[in-house]
Amino acid sequence: MTKQRKAVALISGGLDSLLAAKVIQEQGIHVEGINFFTGFCVEGHTHAIRQKDRSRPKRNNALWVAEQLGIKLHIVDIIEEYKDVVFNPKHGYGANLNPCLDCKIFMVKKAFEWIEENDFDFIITGEVVGQRPMSQRKDTMPVVARDSGAADRLVRPLSGQNLPVTLPEREGWISRDGLYGFNGRSRKPQMALAKQFGLEDYAQPAGGCCFLTDAQYSVKLADLWKARGEKQYEIDDIMLLKVGRHLRPKPHFKVIISREEGEGNFLHGYRKEYVALSTVSHAGPLALIEGEVDSADIELACQLVARYSQGKAEAQVEMDVRHLDGTHQQVSVKPLSSDAIPQAWYI
Amino acid sequence: MKTVIVDARRLLCPMPVIRVQNQVKELPAGTRVEAICTDPGALNDIPAWCRINGHKLIETRTENNEYIIVVEVVEGD
Repeated sequence: MTKQRKAVALISGGLDSLLAAKVIQEQGIHVEGINFFTGFCVEGHTHAIRQKDRSRPKRNNALWVAEQLGIKLHIVDIIEEYKDVVFNPKHGYGANLNPCLDCKIFMVKKAFEWIEENDFDFIITGEVVGQRPMSQRKDTMPVVARDSGAADRLVRPLSGQNLPVTLPEREGWISRDGLYGFNGRSRKPQMALAKQFGLEDYAQPAGGCCFLTDAQYSVKLADLWKARGEKQYEIDDIMLLKVGRHLRPKPHFKVIISREEGEGNFLHGYRKEYVALSTVSHAGPLALIEGEVDSADIELACQLVARYSQGKAEAQVEMDVRHLDGTHQQVSVKPLSSDAIPQAWYI
Repeated sequence: MKTVIVDARRLLCPMPVIRVQNQVKELPAGTRVEAICTDPGALNDIPAWCRINGHKLIETRTENNEYIIVVEVVEGD
């Protein structure tokens, strides 16, 4: 009796990984999905935080893709291990703080460890030659296979015909004729294949799925590292970078100011770990101070926050300061005028 | 029937799903896991995870801005 071969597919929730898994499933292979959570994944987070986005239907696309394929999905928390990829990318960063090539190598390496532990035969990714400027080029895709250790157990079904023969093809587990030769940045072949499979509802193709590819987010992360004097972060740090206005009036502290109710609610969850500021006399945002501050710093932060309240044109705004020891202090401040806030404060 | 509580408050998806998934792996069939979440996305994501992986969704409810999802472990995961 022929052994049932098994593959694990890296499922991001986008169209390419969905199609790649489907192509291999169609060849009679048992496929399961794996999804790695780095902490920088865009999916769902701002959506979950911001009030205005709540009216849109919320779904986790990786889970949704797995459900469409009828496969199991293993979601793996790699937040801690992933830090080294972010801090020291061997192949460098892309346009922002995105270590795309090292990221792909790392994820394929983790998937390779997983297949060895779980007695699976090979790995599937949705990579397409020439689609991404860093990790999906003709010259870098072999680097992913080599440096991850997966070597010829890594199959890219959408571009397989453009790439060297893999072990599953050589062994006859899958047919090379059943793979595709997609190439370049055009999304038309993927859309046509989706149509062929009868798939009409899928996540926006080629959408960025990582905050590290976002210029504004990368500036905030670089600012965090500079202020701390080292490349370091915890999960709460990278979550907070996704929320609110960030202003740094002085090198040793910054103020995170909510922009709407949902962000205020989210920041409220952190009020015990940071000095928290809220307006009392007028409606206004909730803000957190990150860094060690003295009373003059707190007063300046209050003036700044008052600027974003409905009392911004008033002579005085009453503020509540919640200190780290849980005590509250009432402060009356004159809101800063917009021209008193240097552009350099905005991160 | 034994119920294990998973405190996933303040975590954003998919972390509540990961917490439930990792807890379920350690438990025998028939045990219930009650996840307490503050991200409303968990109301969709944990039931989807149950459907995919063959576990039984017992109930979802909202209490004081918290979302409670109860899952029963099914053998064979």
